[in-house]
Amino acid sequence: MSTPYYVAPEQLIKDKADYARKGIARGRSVIVLEYVDGVVFVAENPSRALHKISEIYDRIGFAAVGKYNEFENLRVAGVRLADMRGYAYDRRDVNGRSLANAYAQTLGTIFTDQAKPYEVEIVVAEVGANANEDQLYRLSFDGSVADEQSYVAMGGQAEAISNALAEQWTQGMDLATSLNLAVRLLEEFGGEAQRTLTPAELEVAILDRNRPRRTFVRINGPRLEELLS
Amino acid sequence: MTNSGGMLPPAFMRNGSPSFADFLADLAPDVLTARLLQSNIDTTHLAPHGTTIVSLRGNFGAVMAGDRRATMGNVISQRDIEKVFLADEHSMIGIAGTAGLAIELVRLFQVELEHYEKIEGLQLSLDGKANRLSALLRGNLGMAMQGLAVVPMFAGYDLDRERGRIFSYDVTGGRYEEHDYHAVGSGSFFAKSSIKKMYRENISAEQATAIALEALYDAADDDSATGGPDLARGIYPVVAISDSSGVRLLDEEALSPMVQAIVAGRQRRPDGPLVVLEGQS
Repeated sequence: MSTPYYVAPEQLIKDKADYARKGIARGRSVIVLEYVDGVVFVAENPSRALHKISEIYDRIGFAAVGKYNEFENLRVAGVRLADMRGYAYDRRDVNGRSLANAYAQTLGTIFTDQAKPYEVEIVVAEVGANANEDQLYRLSFDGSVADEQSYVAMGGQAEAISNALAEQWTQGMDLATSLNLAVRLLEEFGGEAQRTLTPAELEVAILDRNRPRRTFVRINGPRLEELLS
Repeated sequence: MTNSGGMLPPAFMRNGSPSFADFLADLAPDVLTARLLQSNIDTTHLAPHGTTIVSLRGNFGAVMAGDRRATMGNVISQRDIEKVFLADEHSMIGIAGTAGLAIELVRLFQVELEHYEKIEGLQLSLDGKANRLSALLRGNLGMAMQGLAVVPMFAGYDLDRERGRIFSYDVTGGRYEEHDYHAVGSGSFFAKSSIKKMYRENISAEQATAIALEALYDAADDDSATGGPDLARGIYPVVAISDSSGVRLLDEEALSPMVQAIVAGRQRRPDGPLVVLEGQS
């Protein structure tokens, strides 16, 4: 029996992390930001069927970048977990924190135990009764969780977009203003040249705290055009 | 229940059906209520029973209404129970029979529809929803054989066919589409006979609501297990309307004048509106 080559754990982890980071950086960016009535998700995604943004539960939304089959797997698991908990206890007992925890544990275990880590980055957003109770959790491929304030950018140009958001995001923006800000940043940092994104190339959804029960709404068609004009 | 060191259990990550009930039956069957009792006693009188639900359809959509009484033998166990529910954004469900099991069935059905919608990214067709209800109902067959039957009625606006539709069920999960109107529960014979004399083609939502309220009044008139409107306490039937814009429950503000008009009408003519015979004026 041949002895396998020795690889230092530091090297192994670094290689895995580099691999995952590269995979994520290839994809288009997704921006999640708070606005006056809740949270808005904006993704550059020409597909009408393969979503990067979706509803998990009454007050919880999900956005992801990276490999579709991997984050789709996590999304479905999240919907199952939330529906299971809501059915076994009560709808109010489903919260973003426990979902973020479950995702963190899962991604962490996959990162250490499996040869190939997930090439994904996820945001779990939850709207509360007022802006102070809104939560944004950002989860990385290695299971690390960050409790973000106000906005998150993920994907290829995450850092550049985050820096721009730090300067331009303000509290209490309305939906049109925050949506236009996100779209402008996606246009600015999405490629080499300045581009214009049409509504058909965007996937947009909100968690609107003023809606009863299910707060998640997709925004497309005429409503999106109107908000962007 | 879902504990595996904080991470999502493998079952959650598996590819599988978009049905919540199937997932639950696989993973945590103890959370599902339906289980056969280990005895042969008749349990009919042990749990509250819900009584009369009526539904009418037209081109506008469909209306469903239910009285507010639950009975246990000769006792009125609850006078303001709700037996008509919104199933999702385009359909509604009413239940008669063993209240505890029926309300649990409604809860499961609501999650089932929402779960499918979230996993698949689109809504089930109205027929698909009606069929799922059949499957869920079949899970309760053992209990039904021991007297704890649940009889639901399902109605909604079919977005593809652009009209209201009504589905009735039997305890084995048999599913039947009703043409224009239907009633279930102990007062259903009286209610259905009443609707039969008032129903006509192309009714509006308001007319359908009025007919449904009259029918429930007639059911309460002749069936002791069906409750009439309680003006003293402000307890009125629950009425749900489903049309192309969605489904909604009528609030007290809208319902109160309609119920009061019917009660006032009955004070003039206790048997309700008079059907005009052909050739008679």
